Formats: sequence, structure tokens, C-alpha cells
Amino acid sequence: MTDGSETASAPAGRAAPGSDPAPRRKRRPSRAIGAARAVANGFLTLVLTFIGLTAVTFTIGRVMPADPVLAVVGDRASQAAYERVFLEMGLDRPIWEQYFRYLGELAQGDLGRSIMTSRPVAEDILRFFPATLELATIATLLGVVLGVPMGVWAAVNQGRLIDHVVRVFGLIGYSVPVFWLGMVALLIFYGNLGWVGGPGRIDVYYDGIVDSVTGVILIDSAMAGEWDIFWNAVSHLILPAAVLGAFALAYVARMTRSFMLDQLSQEYVLTARVKGASEVAVIWRHAFRNVLVQLITIIGLTYASLLEGSVLTETVFSWPGIGQYITTSLFNADMNAVLGGTVAVGTCFVAINMFSDMLYRLVDPRARA
Amino acid sequence: MRRPFATLTGWLAAAFAALLLGAPAQAETPKDTFVMAKDIGDIITLDPAEVFEFSGGEMIANLYDRLMMFEPEDLTTLVGGVAESWEVSEDGKTIVFSIRPGQVFTSGNPVTAEDVVFSLRRVVKLNKTPSFIITQFGWTPENVDDLVVVEGDKAKITITEEFSPALVLNALSAGIASIVDKKEVLAHEVDGDMGYDWLKSNSAGSGAFELTAWKANELVSMTANPDYRHGEPAMKRVIVRHVPEPSAQRLLVEKGDVDLARNLTPDQIEGVSGEEGLAVQADPKAALIYMAANAAHPILGDPKVAEALRYLVDYQGMAASFLKGQFQVHQAAWPEGLWGAYNETPFTLDVEKAKALLAEAGYEDGFEIRMDTLTDSPYPEIAQSVQATLADAGIKASITTAEGKTLWPMYRARKHELILAQWSPDYVDPHSNLDAFAHNPDNRPEAQLTGVLAWRNAWADDAMNKMVVDARNEKDPGARETLYHEIQKQLQHEGPYVIMFQQTEEAVKQTSLEGYVSGATFDLIFYRNIVKE
Repeated sequence: MTDGSETASAPAGRAAPGSDPAPRRKRRPSRAIGAARAVANGFLTLVLTFIGLTAVTFTIGRVMPADPVLAVVGDRASQAAYERVFLEMGLDRPIWEQYFRYLGELAQGDLGRSIMTSRPVAEDILRFFPATLELATIATLLGVVLGVPMGVWAAVNQGRLIDHVVRVFGLIGYSVPVFWLGMVALLIFYGNLGWVGGPGRIDVYYDGIVDSVTGVILIDSAMAGEWDIFWNAVSHLILPAAVLGAFALAYVARMTRSFMLDQLSQEYVLTARVKGASEVAVIWRHAFRNVLVQLITIIGLTYASLLEGSVLTETVFSWPGIGQYITTSLFNADMNAVLGGTVAVGTCFVAINMFSDMLYRLVDPRARA
Repeated sequence: MRRPFATLTGWLAAAFAALLLGAPAQAETPKDTFVMAKDIGDIITLDPAEVFEFSGGEMIANLYDRLMMFEPEDLTTLVGGVAESWEVSEDGKTIVFSIRPGQVFTSGNPVTAEDVVFSLRRVVKLNKTPSFIITQFGWTPENVDDLVVVEGDKAKITITEEFSPALVLNALSAGIASIVDKKEVLAHEVDGDMGYDWLKSNSAGSGAFELTAWKANELVSMTANPDYRHGEPAMKRVIVRHVPEPSAQRLLVEKGDVDLARNLTPDQIEGVSGEEGLAVQADPKAALIYMAANAAHPILGDPKVAEALRYLVDYQGMAASFLKGQFQVHQAAWPEGLWGAYNETPFTLDVEKAKALLAEAGYEDGFEIRMDTLTDSPYPEIAQSVQATLADAGIKASITTAEGKTLWPMYRARKHELILAQWSPDYVDPHSNLDAFAHNPDNRPEAQLTGVLAWRNAWADDAMNKMVVDARNEKDPGARETLYHEIQKQLQHEGPYVIMFQQTEEAVKQTSLEGYVSGATFDLIFYRNIVKE
């Protein structure tokens, strides 16, 4: 990575600081200060993101024609019952006042109560979010572990059969609706072959046996030493994770391929080959290290999108996750739940971004400056 | 240079396959457990004073015994539930209930008149949406302590309105008349909420089952009540799984992972019928699909136009095609199969007759109109069929679909033109529907009788109002039934409605499962007689 030609070929995008032609102008700030600044920046981003997120969601919730009062009282309620709840919910006040009151409660960690589940939204999120986290994490892992090598492989063999196979696979994986893929996968692997568990996180008979500590069944059951439940949960998780993973895989493989192609055409690769470096060294030590920053970005984005965007998969697989929670809440005009869910997903987005930033520093010395 | 990748992917693929193959085999549902797949996303509470949703109503029907009940052994005869017997006073305004001895709540507390009185007062004082079912008797949070009282070991109720005692007793078989365990509920009271917060997700009844968990978007689970007055149910555990996707329900029932699937689509039902080990159970329901015309609309307000609309619907065509098996033609406001039903179907698709009526009204060239309906099947399909037949008479209807939470505010505010919607009774008495369809004592916009369909459609008829009240008050059952027939007959021709269909619910079950009783309303769905071979 000390090769001068590599700097010249700095990838576009997030690593832009490194492409600054001016050679090390000043004394580098110490790592501690850099880290502190990063944390402060992160915190500021978090606060701003939240204000933006909640403001937009709040406004949408209030201008939407769906009526949150009817969600509570039902469509046959008398006008008196309707008006009582309307006042109880504070809907008579100006929207900005409602919003600031919500922010005030949010600052104290109070997300309000969900109409649909009759429980505090914070408790709901603690229950639904781990289900999604479990699914999205495994799916992303599958996508990365399989997708990156596939992308590299295809790039190295550009124009050959394997490249076409990966490209077609990428195209299909990216364009086939997850909903359909999920249905078909269920039909084959659960319905016909019976290899995996059906819809749901676990066989219903196992429900409530293991105490929920983390909310992630795999971890909870392993901690409790309930291996039957662990394997049962694995058999239920594997299919939705594979379906979501296929989507992640297709995207990651496609992007890896194009990043790698970019690098492999650079002069420094030629230099390395001329110097007699082995192919493995050329591909992994030289070219691949240069696409890492970009890869981290897209993997982070993929992970984040799986966290909030797996509604359809969750529906097909009866997976009680955060996506389904937010969607059903939205249809039921349950705005506290929608806002709470949005805040939770927003937090994850910011956290994943911050984590990606940290990784840039780790893999790319230029980003530390 | 390809080798490292080849071995890596190969290894991973092998590991993946191993994981798939190593997955444990499917478990059959245990013999003493009833597992049902249903979309239960509508449950927002399980407190009997508040439940007004289909799935929630069904759950509490199995968790609580009511004061009066229809039992699964005979869904047509009203009998005492928690009450053993009752005595109606001469003037019909006071009823004294004797409590069945020997009943206990799941907590072990005995069921007493004290609990009955507490339960009814609680409904009135909490004043949630379904409370109107009993507050219509004249009970208010202020006077209910005097009108619903314990007398010795009996419970005495007094009504201030003129109501037929039969109607009062019918209403006391609804979910709001579930008897809750006073001691247990008050033990969980917070800030004088009469256990409201706790009872939303817990049960305290003397019904066939006890609630073990309600996990929103996931499941409801119950265990059998060993002390139930009809004996402990054969199913020791009931698990209702939330499965929103019908295709997933089909797979689950085909694999034997659930005993019963409730929300299959008509083509899926057709697909599974004839499959070994599965059977389709069809039960008539009280849900009606109707189209209403806003009488405040300058054109729709003309009774001739409303009558013409009734001849512009292809009832038979729809019932024989895309609604097959799931909906039957029914054109009166109280559904078939219940006491007081009127089953005449005077309307068929008759474009010429409709055109003549429209010409009489001065609209021989038709008109343009908006039709609103729900997004879920079968509403858009029905709307499209009606749109096509309306067009035959020159009426150009534009269809808008929306979720209920968007549609109902508009309907309640009288902002619709034509609306295609659904209605189910709140309790098993014709007054429940006719009070909504035909009784509008104050048609002024500011009266805001938003729960009343007639008001929503800006339609009122003094003679009809009087008939509904007379029928409500009539003490003689025979005369009362005749009155209800008369009201429905007149409403068919004079009202602002095109009542089209009555629902049949088709559930798919394992053939080994027997005894699932599914009556016309959610109050009448029972799990306690279920057995598995």
C-alpha cells in the first residue's frame, strides 16, 4: 500500500481526502483528537438526523388522511367518544406544539404508547427489532462472504463464462421481487422438500420457553443451553436469510466486480505483475485493498437497507420484525409506533455509517488525516 | 489463479447445504394442542370492555363466559352463561339474574353477583366504543351504580329506556357482558383505571381458556381452564398464529404445521380442496357487503336513482364467479340464519328497468359519480363489476380505493358519493343492524350521529324511525319478528343502500380436527369442543 502509483489511483467517493495532491501540509493531529472529533461529529449527525427524521415523519403522519383517533375508537364510535379521544391525544393543538411535545418526551426516552399493541413503543421495538437484526445480519453476512469472492472472481475472469454467470445472477438477484423469491423458496424448501422450518421465527410450541434476554433467539437459546430451540430457530431463519441474502449477494457481487475491474485496469497492477508478483498477491494485496473503502460503503448501505427494507420478506415469512411493525402501524395510523420505529431504524443507519467511517480509518491510512 | 475462489465457494456451498440438510424434521402439531393460522393484525386489546375487532372478539369469546350466551352446541338459542336463570319484572324494566353456583374464575375465585355487577359497571364507566351496546338502555357512568346492583346473591339490572327484554338479554350475550374477576382485576388496578391497562393483555375470566400470551404481530396463546363449567376442553393449549400472507397459511396447513387456516383466498381454497388430509369448512357469517348512496348528493338523493342502482348490480354473476363460495346474494339488512332475518332477493341485474327509472328521474343520459371502497379483495373486484354494469345505463363511475383508516373518516363526514363497504352486527339482535341502517332520529349535519349508517348517508325517514323504535320496544317475540321483516322489506326499496352479499367463511382444516364451531359473528366462534383424532 506504499506504492506511489496506488495513491494516484485512489478510488473516487468517500476516500476523496486522500486524492488531495498537496503532500502532508501540516502536523497530523494525534489519533486521540481525531477519534474525539469523530465521536463529536457522530453525535451531531445523530441529533440532526433525528430532528430531520422525526420532523418529516411527524408531518407526514399528521397530513396523511388516515385518522389516528379512529384507530383507537373504531369506525363505529359515537362522535362524543371520538372527540374525547381526539382531545386526549392532544390533536387539537397546533402541529408544531404537538411536535415539540413529542421531541420533549423523546429526549426523556419516552416513545409513547402504540395503539395497535397497547404497549409502550420502546418495549415493542425491543421485541421486534432483534428479529429483524437477526435476519438482516445473517443475510448481510451471506451476501458478503459469498458476494465478494464471486465479484472478484468474475472481474478476474472478465468476459469469460464465469463472469457472465455472475453478471446474470447479479441481474436476476437484483431484479426478481423478494416477495416472489420468498414464496417460491418457501414452496420448494419448506413445502416440497421439508428441509427447513416454515413461516415464523420458531415452532410455536417452543414459544416462551427461553427467556428473552437479547431478543435474538439464536443467542438467547444458546445462552440457555436449549440446543433444540437453537436448531429449530436456525431452520426457520435460514430461508428468509437466504432470500434476503440473495439480494445482498447479487448487489455486493455486482459492485465488487465493477470496482475490481476498475482497479485491475490501473497501471500499478501492471507494474506489480511486471515486478513478478503472484496473481494472488496482485489481486488480493494490490487491487482488492484499493476497493475496500468502496466495498465497506456499499456493504454498510446494504445492511442498513435490509434493516428497514425487509417488510416484504417479513410478511411472506410471518417474521415479526420492525419492518412489518412500522408498515402495519402506518396502515393503522398508529403514529407513535411509526415514529418510534423510524427513530430506531434511523439510529441504526447513523450507527452503521459511523462504523463504516471507523473502518475506513482502519483500512485506509489516508482517511485518518 | 481460479482455484482459491473455487475451493472457497465450494466449501461455503457445502456448508450451506449441510446446514439445510441438518435441519430438524418437521414437528406434527401435538394431539392436545390446537394451532390456527389467522391474520390477527386487527387485535388492539383483549379487554372485554373495549374489544370491538373481529379477532379480538373471537379471542375473548373463548376466554370469558358472558352473562347470557349462545353455546356452541346450539348457536340459535340464548341461554344463561354466568347467569343460571333470570326473572323479568312485569313492566319489563327490571331483570334479576341468579348466578350459576359452583363456577370459578381461572384465579380460583368463585364467580359471584358482585363480579357480574362490577363487570357491567366497569364497561359503562370505562366508556369505550362498544359500551353503547349496554349504555343504550339508559345507563351512564353517573347512574349505573344505582341501576346495576347486587341484591342478596343476585344481580339486578334496571333499564330506563323502553326496550324489549328479549333485546336486553340478547345484548347481554355480547363481548361487553363478559364477566371479569373483580378481585383479580382490582389487584392490578393502577390509578383507578379498573384494571384497564392490565386487562388489555391478560385475562381474568371463567371461560374455557385462560390467556397465556398475546404478542402483537406474532401470536395469541391460551391454556385450557381445568375448572370450566362444561368440563376441561380437550385441547390443553390453543395457539393462534399471526400469518398475514394467505399463501404462507396454505403452506402451513398443507404441511400439517397448523390445524386450521382461516384466510385462504378462493383460488387457494379450490387448490387445496380434494387434497388428502385436508377439508374445507364453510360457515355462514353475518357480514354484509353493501353499497350506499349519499342522499345529500343532488343526484343520488333522488329515490328513483337509488332504486335504479339496485337494478344495476350483477348479483348472481359475481356470486357465481369471483365470489364463489365466499359470498352469497343477500339483499336485506339483517343476515340470513339469524332470528329476524328477511331473505327475499327482489333485485337482479335489469338494465332496461334501471334506465326507465333513471329516465323518470331525468337522467336518461346517465351521470358521473365517484365510488369509494377498500383496497383489500374482494372490494376492488366488486367495484369494477358494478362500474361495468353502471356504465350499461350510462353512469360513469370512477373508483377510488383506500385503507379503512382513510375511508371511514370520509364516510363519517358524509364526504362520499357512492361507497362500497361492509357491515357486521355488534350483537346478535336485529336491532343492532336496523338501528344503524334505518334509524336516524336527527339528520342535521351538526347532529354528528357518525356511528349511524343512515346519518352518514344523510337519509332519514320518520315512519321508518318509528318502526325501528316500535320493534325495539315490542315485548311479543312474534310481533317483533313481523315488524323486523316489514322494516327490512321497506328499507330494500326506500333506503339509500344496495345490499348485495352475505359472507361465508371458508376455513381449511386437517381432517383429523373436529368440533371447531364458527357461528355468524365473532361472539360465536368456539374452540372448546375441538378434538383431534
